[in-house]
Amino acid sequence: MLKALLTRARQGHRTMRYPDGPAPPLPAHFRGVPRIDPTRCPDGCRVCADACPTNAITVAGGTVALDLGLCIFCPECETACPEGAITFTDDYRLAARTRADLHLLAGEERRLADALDAKLRRLFGRSLKLRVVSAGDCNGCASDVNVLGTIGWDIGRFGIQYVASPRHADGIIIVGPVTENMRLALRKTYDAIPAPKIVIAIGACAISGGIYAGHPEQQDGVESMLPVDLFIPGCPPHPLTILDGFLRLLGRIEGVTHGGQS
Amino acid sequence: MNRTFLTRRNAEPAALADVPLVQIDVFRTAVLDAVRDECRVVSFFAREVVDAIELVAVLADETTSELGFVRSRINEDRFESLTPECPQVQLFEREIAEQFGIEPAGHPWLKPVRFQQSWRPGHSVFGETLPGVTDFFRVEGDEIHEVAVGPVHAGVIEPGHFRFQCHGEHVFHLETALGYQHRGIERALIGGPSAKTIHYMETAAGDSTIGHTLAYAQAVEALTGTRVPARAQVLRGIALELERLANHTGDLGALSGDVAYLPAAAACGRTRGDYLNLTAELCGSRFGRGFVRPGGVLFDLPADRIDALTERLQAATRDTVDSAALLWTTPSVIERFENTGTIDTDVCDEIGMVGVPARACGRGIDVRHDFPFGVYRFVHIPVMTAYHGDVNSRAFVRWLELQRSADFVAQQMHRLPATPVRADVAASLAPDSIVASLTEGWRGEICHVAITDAEGRFARYKITDPSFHNWFGVALALRNGQISDFPLCNKSFNLSYCGHDL
Repeated sequence: MLKALLTRARQGHRTMRYPDGPAPPLPAHFRGVPRIDPTRCPDGCRVCADACPTNAITVAGGTVALDLGLCIFCPECETACPEGAITFTDDYRLAARTRADLHLLAGEERRLADALDAKLRRLFGRSLKLRVVSAGDCNGCASDVNVLGTIGWDIGRFGIQYVASPRHADGIIIVGPVTENMRLALRKTYDAIPAPKIVIAIGACAISGGIYAGHPEQQDGVESMLPVDLFIPGCPPHPLTILDGFLRLLGRIEGVTHGGQS
Repeated sequence: MNRTFLTRRNAEPAALADVPLVQIDVFRTAVLDAVRDECRVVSFFAREVVDAIELVAVLADETTSELGFVRSRINEDRFESLTPECPQVQLFEREIAEQFGIEPAGHPWLKPVRFQQSWRPGHSVFGETLPGVTDFFRVEGDEIHEVAVGPVHAGVIEPGHFRFQCHGEHVFHLETALGYQHRGIERALIGGPSAKTIHYMETAAGDSTIGHTLAYAQAVEALTGTRVPARAQVLRGIALELERLANHTGDLGALSGDVAYLPAAAACGRTRGDYLNLTAELCGSRFGRGFVRPGGVLFDLPADRIDALTERLQAATRDTVDSAALLWTTPSVIERFENTGTIDTDVCDEIGMVGVPARACGRGIDVRHDFPFGVYRFVHIPVMTAYHGDVNSRAFVRWLELQRSADFVAQQMHRLPATPVRADVAASLAPDSIVASLTEGWRGEICHVAITDAEGRFARYKITDPSFHNWFGVALALRNGQISDFPLCNKSFNLSYCGHDL
């Protein structure tokens, strides 16, 4: 017992201050929102689009568009582009409320996720219980959803909790492309959640099928069977990206702010 | 290894024509004899060839560091099952039955593996299947009850179905039904490599990204004759050990949580993240995405960041080791860990377990030691074992291993050779060839076997995650245990569902 207390005292209090303080530092090669500079693109060049494993990039009529819902944030396009026209920034804020808001067009302002309507915020704003269902995820997204429950992130601070029964839940988080073999189990879980309920799709697979899009063994993501209230892109998204999405949905972060950094 | 086999080293290619093509009875005898001589089946699969189905077996001989290859062709939709005499192939044979509609006649418990459709239209052993809908072994009796759990579980965890035959709390038998995570990876790999191939590897079991991408990269490098620069080899080793550190630490934390010992659970939950963040410092991704590529790695580690990273590694390891050490001196933890979920060494050998659960049974098998690859050919990490085959041993092996891995990473970061980190890789693979590439992921032995066609495309690419060998161990570990021990037992193996389902 004494040893446990000593160890505890030595390790101290480790929950981060974000969003009231600065966001935790991101790693050196972090790949957040891609930045596209079409002025550097030579005529007719489509090296980035050809390098993309998920066809997230489209080049047409001198413009380059990128679908963050398909993007797996791999370094292939950035590595392939000889002109440096496509680069990954350290902007971790990726969550959006509609699928269309994930379409990134060079020069256009992104629309970040806004909060639930007043009625749902009154219901869920201080207490949001979520059921997590993995439907073909590779344990990447599931792991970084789970990590928000550890002491460093502690989403309990915001009244958010992952619960063991759909009947205790206000909403569902789905990771994975929705495999054919999980379709029925996912439907039953969703149906067992009392209304009103929200659906959060996390990761490229859950949003679009990711690299599995088109495989007959899966459904190309959650939207094939359920309405989605929040999309959080990534492969997998960084825990900070996921938390940013949750807090925007609950209205705890608004506009272009980066937590306490604004 | 008996003479029927062609032998090669880890990731050493061979012309397919050199792999003996023998009658099925010779094939059968060769495999059974080799297993009797203490070789292990690392992979056993089928592929479609003109007018026949070809069976390919890859066996490992730890004493000589050799991998043995043999194959046989069958023209009818059945062959005599090896399982009754060699239980470690039971799941491989079920997989062959499911994928190719070939019946291993005499298999004692032939049922679907993933509830997937046969790859050969018109040839099916199981017909139309629904996930989890199959026969389960049943114990009869008025006081016996059956408990069904999953596919969706109470925690944040992948889906799988578990069926218990119980008498009160006492578990007579557990059977697992997986396949819910099946995404069709192996089918999609045929005809590759394509732009997607490396990403299938990164997500085959997404918590073992480095282990699987490394096995794939080694296979491609073997088939293209690529020499990987020394610095890349060391960086790959660092990444593989960081993956082991993160997951072993997470497992120790989760095991602590399962017995309600929160000091270690909280600390390990946090330090697991520290290791993931170190992996992210290598390549931008906490799971090692975008790091390993055929020819080397995509990102170098600049000299000016090494001291800071070493400091972070050592701080995380100090906290992990201190916190996890509390487990071994806390009677309430030891009481729950010891003699729970015990696997006998004989059973471990019989069912062909690998990795941490095998080492916890005293079996010193470790690909890094037995079939050394990359940096492990030059730097040896001691193989850690324990001897009771229970939850405590599986936890203790992880605790020992993570300390060896941390030492390795700290040391190697300061010994990075001054070479480039990536070599050019030839555009096309050697045609009509075969290679088996093994790595030691944090769960255990990862085996990739690539077979190329006349154009150098993948005619077959077989992935065997350690989970494929070990899931049967979870079922046996529960025998005569308490149903309330299941979470603890399952966590002490912490197998991959998607790595099994592919």
